[in-house]
Amino acid sequence: MSPSLLEVEDLRVTFSRRGQPSTTAVDGVSFSVDAGEVVGLVGESGCGKSVTSLAVMGLLPSRGTTVTGSVRFDGTDLLTMAPGQLASRRGKDLAMVFQDPMTSLNPVLTLGRQLTEVLRAHTDLDRAARKAEALDLLGRVGIPDPRRRLGEYPHQLSGGMRQRVLIAIALACSPRLIIADEPTTALDVTIQAQVLDLLTTLVRESGTAMVLITHDLGVVAGTCDRVNVLYAGRVVESASRHDLFARPRHRYTSGLLAAVPRVDAPEGSPLQPVPGSVRDRLEWDAGCAFLPRCGRGDDACRTGGIPLAPTATDLALSPGNPDHEARCVHPAGATT
Amino acid sequence: MSALDAIAPPPSPTAEPTGEAGLGPWAAAWRRLRRNPSGIVGAVVVGLFVLVAVLAPLLAPYQPATGEWFGEVTPTAVPGPSADHVLGLDSFGSDLLTQLLYGARSSLVIGVVSTAVGLAVGAVLGILAGGLGGWVDTLVMRIVDILLSIPSLLLAVSVAAVLGRGQWSIMLAISAAQVPIFARLLRASLLAQRGQDYVVALRSLGLRQRRIVVGHMLPNSLGPVLVQATLVLATAVIEVAALSFLGLGAADPAVAEWGRMLVTAQDRLEQAPQLALYPGLAIAVTALGFTLLGEALREALDPRSDR
Repeated sequence: MSPSLLEVEDLRVTFSRRGQPSTTAVDGVSFSVDAGEVVGLVGESGCGKSVTSLAVMGLLPSRGTTVTGSVRFDGTDLLTMAPGQLASRRGKDLAMVFQDPMTSLNPVLTLGRQLTEVLRAHTDLDRAARKAEALDLLGRVGIPDPRRRLGEYPHQLSGGMRQRVLIAIALACSPRLIIADEPTTALDVTIQAQVLDLLTTLVRESGTAMVLITHDLGVVAGTCDRVNVLYAGRVVESASRHDLFARPRHRYTSGLLAAVPRVDAPEGSPLQPVPGSVRDRLEWDAGCAFLPRCGRGDDACRTGGIPLAPTATDLALSPGNPDHEARCVHPAGATT
Repeated sequence: MSALDAIAPPPSPTAEPTGEAGLGPWAAAWRRLRRNPSGIVGAVVVGLFVLVAVLAPLLAPYQPATGEWFGEVTPTAVPGPSADHVLGLDSFGSDLLTQLLYGARSSLVIGVVSTAVGLAVGAVLGILAGGLGGWVDTLVMRIVDILLSIPSLLLAVSVAAVLGRGQWSIMLAISAAQVPIFARLLRASLLAQRGQDYVVALRSLGLRQRRIVVGHMLPNSLGPVLVQATLVLATAVIEVAALSFLGLGAADPAVAEWGRMLVTAQDRLEQAPQLALYPGLAIAVTALGFTLLGEALREALDPRSDR
């Protein structure tokens, strides 16, 4: 098998401050993205999704942050790359769509300026060509009357429109990988679907790979090829979208899926939340971090170093396809 | 939708009520400025001041600082208003109105030049400190702190004392006092923006630090800088007068300068109070005009000050 486009291995991010105990936000995350693939990174607030994406892009502040592990993009390790070299690949080979379109655009510059800026940094196009390209991009992300919009300022656009502009900027140099960090979270529900559709259509058309970071299983269900579920800074389950929804193995994943409100549930039946919060956790070295919230855990879960591996059940189901991995001692749906 | 939605923050409102939908930030600020009465008063005063300063040779009935009518000034009396001299003569026998008009000129030139120099130097320091951070920031800001620890007038006096009297040393002295103001303002503004989402977004596009600071963060700081420059001009006009009052201006005592006119008026305050009154008024009104305009600009450029 050829190496993947992006391979993140054992990524750890630790924030330390003088006089305070350090915090490990990402605790050994590994996942990979093939060219043209859409991979979901799912988890609740504080599980390390955004920090992972910032670490991949090399955007974490250098002070007080320790990043270890490796992030190989197309064979080269981004973490050991010189800052200048990395900067020249950002925007060109890998780009990012941020969570909040209200604050991710510069309020005092016209959209035209902001769109052409990335083209100016990474291409040899002259001014007129950049403008033409910007017009084309705005058209592609479905913004009506792009010629007029080029001269307008961010505050003159709605949130959905702004996110479209941000998507246009990210796509401007036809990157091979886009990291979308909660691209629809800040938008109205009605707009969310539109923007998500647009984003997936555009990456599918251009063959761009995408890492979609979200807390929303609904978003994952509609878009991703593969899904990685994060908990307390580690991937706890990795599977194709279909397998994940059909046969969740990790108890956290199954808990999440059980918690999704269903239209066809009997009237008056209570919602099934995952009990507790992320803060009730065990260190991964001491066992499964999810143990304090897990209904199924026992003393076997109190040993460190539980591996992310195909479960016995899945190996029995499809021996040749070890694609469904879970970090669980007592996986759900097991026959034993 | 999904389970984790319960944990997520609610979607934020997508549109903000502005009522200025069709306008860019500068156009919107201009509109707010025009609706502010004290801003209009300030703008009119400043406009008149600039007009007078520029057109002084055309407006003034005579040449400045000639002492042409020195013979008419006696030790006990200075001729008051007459048909030939609307405001009378000054104690050196020049036309008082002419002196006042040309005084505006020297105030404007010194004020504007010194503010421009102070702004330029301060901006460079501020951009270095706020844009680069690290040891550059520390070094630059310690220098600025030292400058700031000296009272501005004292600093100006020492500069003037070292360089000798004259317009140039006044200009330099005043700008030296302004450098720390602008340096700190810009640094603070750049630092505040550093962690903002749009800056991270720009970095994610692979833009170089210099490009981000100069092309994106700086335009975001222009508003406060513009306000500060206007307010500093008010101070500069007063400082010009103060420094020449203290005898640090041009060596010629008869020169048309408001501060200098005040000094010479002191000796004859009882016989000819108008000699002190007019330049004093001119200084006060001009400084007030710049302050009003500056405050109005501050309100116009700060969207939170919407009433």
